[in-house]
Amino acid sequence: MASDARELTTAVRTVALRRSFGDRDVLDGIDLEIARGEFVALIGRSGSGKSTLLRAVAGLDDSVAGSGEVWVPKRVSLVFQDSRLLPWLRVLDNVVLGQAGPGVKERGRNVLAEVGLAGREKAWPHELSGGEQQRAALARSLVSEPQLLLADEPFGALDALTRIRMHGLLRTLLRVHHPAVLLVTHDVDEALLLADRVLVIENGRFSLDLRVDLPDERNASHPDFVRNRELLLAALGVETAPATIEDLQEIS
Amino acid sequence: MSTKALTRETAIVAAARPSPRQPAEPGLELHPQSRRRRLGRQRSLPGSRLLGPLIIVVVWAAASALGLLDPRLLTGPGDVAATAWRLITDGTLGEHVLASLSRAVLGLVIGTVAGVLLAIIAGLTRLGESLVDGTVQIKRAIPVLALIPLLILWLGIGEEFKVTIVALGVLIPIYINTYSALTGIDRKQIELAESLGLSRWQYVRYVLVPGALPGFFVGFRLAVVGSWMALIVVETINATSGIGYMMSQAQLYAQSDIILVGLVVYGVFGFVSDALVRLLERKVLSWRVTLAS
Repeated sequence: MASDARELTTAVRTVALRRSFGDRDVLDGIDLEIARGEFVALIGRSGSGKSTLLRAVAGLDDSVAGSGEVWVPKRVSLVFQDSRLLPWLRVLDNVVLGQAGPGVKERGRNVLAEVGLAGREKAWPHELSGGEQQRAALARSLVSEPQLLLADEPFGALDALTRIRMHGLLRTLLRVHHPAVLLVTHDVDEALLLADRVLVIENGRFSLDLRVDLPDERNASHPDFVRNRELLLAALGVETAPATIEDLQEIS
Repeated sequence: MSTKALTRETAIVAAARPSPRQPAEPGLELHPQSRRRRLGRQRSLPGSRLLGPLIIVVVWAAASALGLLDPRLLTGPGDVAATAWRLITDGTLGEHVLASLSRAVLGLVIGTVAGVLLAIIAGLTRLGESLVDGTVQIKRAIPVLALIPLLILWLGIGEEFKVTIVALGVLIPIYINTYSALTGIDRKQIELAESLGLSRWQYVRYVLVPGALPGFFVGFRLAVVGSWMALIVVETINATSGIGYMMSQAQLYAQSDIILVGLVVYGVFGFVSDALVRLLERKVLSWRVTLAS
């Protein structure tokens, strides 16, 4: 944001980040750096520590044992897998919840229009469809003009068609707001469609740091896209050849 | 295709809805849509709940007219209505109703405020929880009516005593339900409030209070009913005014018509107050009303 006294160059830095549940190290000394405006996707199998890392960066893990440093900018927003709209607040009031200052409602209306919910300001959350609720949650996360957007499988609960539309919407929104993004997902295609960089996490460490050099309008059938997907799937331990029963047993 | 081959339901449907006869496939039944048995409850008809009470009144009136009832034990509905009219016009009923109503309302207000305050203290602070919750739980185990001897000793048999009994009866359901609603706030909503950087006050105002309101109303509805119950008891034991007093006096003189008037008044009050609370609940929790419809 132009009003900031000094521009950020780094949006996130973690140093030797360690988190453990019981005697199991879920994060085993993570050093992560995300540049200003960079979109990083974090993928990994379930239990790999990807959500733990996101929650550590979000500062939502007070009760978890661990060590290390987390550096984040002042304005951080979160998007959860569920929209977490408060059912007793109308959509606009949900979007501007916790925001202060003059013109708050106007900013809320503008960002609701950006996510395609103009005219639904007065609706109750349960009157929206699942996709609309998640769009409202996205609006809530952007209304503060965050320098860092943290998203924990934000499209994971949506149907496939809605998810495709949400990918397009998110790309459009990021061109306007350009925060740095840390997106946790288990969907390799989603990571490759959206991110500048994909990190694969395994047993609490990064096993792959992949810079995605693809044109802005990404196409899942582009040969580079396909090559990257195979690379990521291999890093996740998934064979792209038709799986046999033995493979599946090995994965689980 | 002959009608004989069709099932009974199909024949009825076909008769009810004259449509171009289409030859059915052998082995298929026309879906008997209009006669489908529904497994769920059927929707209740508006006002249908009055049917039961109406039948009772009719039977009661008939039995009384036929001389089957001893008027000292149970007067006929006509006499009860006449007595009610006499008590209304000479001001006796109004006086007693006012006395009862003011006790109930005062006790309800005091009990509700106290219950909510205790629930907030116990629900929001750890010290409050250790001080208040156990104490109220013990108090809960003692029936309000068991406190009557002690309270008479302390407060005498005046209005303070009666209002205190009502308030103590109200406090418990309000406290229990509000406290459990306050402590049962969804973990995810707390997380959201933290991630949005809400202040303590904003959290209480936008998350905690609205989230606990449904629980409070459950307690409040129980409390309203409870306030009438406590009132009946204290007015029957020690009083010089009130519906309960009017009824216990009538019992001495075997005036069953006055006793019945008192019962009807209690019933009407209970019903009306519950309806009012539900109306209030609908207004305050309007976001839920649209959810149910």
